[in-house]
Amino acid sequence: MRKTIFGALLASASFVSTAFAADLTIGVSIPAADHGWTSGVVFHANRIAEEVMGSYDDVEVIVKTSPDPASQANALQDLEIQGIDALVILPTDPDALVNAIMEVKSKGTFVALVDRAPSNNDDSVRDLYVAGNNYGLGEAAGEYIAENNPDAKVVVIRGMPIPIDQERQDGFDAGIEGSNVEVLDRQFGNWNRDDAFRVMQDYLTKFDDIDVVWCQDDDMAVGVLQAIEQSQRDDIQYVIGGAGSKDMIKMVMDGDPMMPVDVLYPPAMVGTAIEMTVAGLMGQLPVAGVYTIDATLVTPENAEEYYFPDSPF
Amino acid sequence: MSTQTSPLTSIRRTLSSVDMRAVAPFIALIVLIIAGAMVNPRFVGLDNLANVATRCAFIATIAVGATFVISSGDLDLSVGSMVAFVASVMILFMNTQVFASPLMMVLTAVLLAMALGALCGLFNGVLTTKGQLEPFIVTLGTMGIFRGLTTWLSQGGAITLQAQEQQALYREVYFGRFFGVPWPILITLAVALLGSLLMYRTRFGRHVVAVGSNREVARHSGINVSRVRLYAFMIQGLTVAVAVILYVPRLGSTSSTTGTMWELQAITAVVIGGTALKGGSGRVWGSIAGAFILELVGNIMLLSNFISEYLLLAIQGTIIILAMLVQRSLTRRA
Repeated sequence: MRKTIFGALLASASFVSTAFAADLTIGVSIPAADHGWTSGVVFHANRIAEEVMGSYDDVEVIVKTSPDPASQANALQDLEIQGIDALVILPTDPDALVNAIMEVKSKGTFVALVDRAPSNNDDSVRDLYVAGNNYGLGEAAGEYIAENNPDAKVVVIRGMPIPIDQERQDGFDAGIEGSNVEVLDRQFGNWNRDDAFRVMQDYLTKFDDIDVVWCQDDDMAVGVLQAIEQSQRDDIQYVIGGAGSKDMIKMVMDGDPMMPVDVLYPPAMVGTAIEMTVAGLMGQLPVAGVYTIDATLVTPENAEEYYFPDSPF
Repeated sequence: MSTQTSPLTSIRRTLSSVDMRAVAPFIALIVLIIAGAMVNPRFVGLDNLANVATRCAFIATIAVGATFVISSGDLDLSVGSMVAFVASVMILFMNTQVFASPLMMVLTAVLLAMALGALCGLFNGVLTTKGQLEPFIVTLGTMGIFRGLTTWLSQGGAITLQAQEQQALYREVYFGRFFGVPWPILITLAVALLGSLLMYRTRFGRHVVAVGSNREVARHSGINVSRVRLYAFMIQGLTVAVAVILYVPRLGSTSSTTGTMWELQAITAVVIGGTALKGGSGRVWGSIAGAFILELVGNIMLLSNFISEYLLLAIQGTIIILAMLVQRSLTRRA
């Protein structure tokens, strides 16, 4: 009992202090770093939070990570108790959290949703939606291949059978449309480097002549490159991944012939959402709406802009 | 149930004197290889079979250890996470470069991995025997602990071997060959040989099976049940370490998703190999065949041109159940 009273006192004390210390408090709720991409999200959320607090004395940014939807719902409540004016959220599972998000929004809090959207993604759920472009990620890779190797024979390694993977495939097919690019095979590599290694080894057994590998993910590219190196085959001209991990961006930057370009699906988009939220609330700018980030093609010329050597991803 | 001895039952008796449970996985293996050759002639190419055998080395070595744990009536769900944890610590150690010589670094890293693997196994074993907890719960817990520690060490990202000299040297352990045979295959066979000697030729091996068949009887016949179970968990840890030693040189990198679901693959390999999940029998070579079968099924389907990539898991599951049904019908006693 004493503990709960003490806890309540402590909670209200911290509530009072944050509420008075800052004119504007922004809560950032993101998934815990459980794989490469989310570790990038955590890195960039903290990086931009510090940058924002460094440039505004009266803005407080609180970053909270949660491993699953249930704990993220609790984290939202904790943030609410601290009196946030705006919430930036990348939900672990958007449909599971949609009610919790609407609850926050119903209190007049500005809500910016990042990347993962619930089925009813309209202005009753959020004010701003910052989205990555899965279709564009496939399209950019497809267009690059169609432009540079219009007669290429391509093997594709997919992620998992879920909607965002299908969007990437549809984009890729649109990108190569009209060219002579031939897709030899598509198999799932589960966005896992070991599975990608296995699939690539089998592709090399199955096909005598492969020009390009599109594996749409930088983690899988690690396994693909190893399998190619082991086979000592020289028919494969290059591999295209996606997302923008520091290792693959570095290869592009160094002009590695096996990795001429990469396609962005940047975890830094959480930072975009934080900055736009600050701009909206501090600068009285209109930011509500949907902002889709381009799947930018990373080339040796622009790679440096997207290289974060300190990030875990 | 007839008391008369017909010629048919006598044939059945001779057949059952050949231990079908031990032979069945190898029959399944031969059937699969024939099926594979029909699907795609390239399947029987030496390069492909060498690739598949090399790839299954991790699961196969882990399965040898799992055979001991399962035969003694326990279960270890933590092995996949343990692979990730031991491999991550090993790479982090190699990145410190405390010794100038790359060879010295690799050798000490190998020893460190073995020690850490044994310690992880000891941890599982002590909690199960001294703590008197269900192995399912203990190893479910350590599965989370090892996975969580890996995620923490890597901050969710990847841990990559940095020193080029070490990588160049160590790479040979996975990609190199000895008289044309890839090292991982040789090492797996060595582990299986050691495992089968331990299982069938030593008192400890007999004790493992006795403890797995009936703990009470084993205890009354003077076997130190706790110690046998503890050693089985440590053997599991050591085989995980061997798998790590083979795994790290392949990609030179780990991430928080390394080794996910490997525990299920290892357990499946053991069961396909003829070891009873309830304990009391151990088939070391069967587990190796089981691991090879698992990897072959995936390989055959990928090489085929007529199986939709969406159906892969369903067909994989069907083949495993079919294999088990065939095995059961072969081993059914009159």
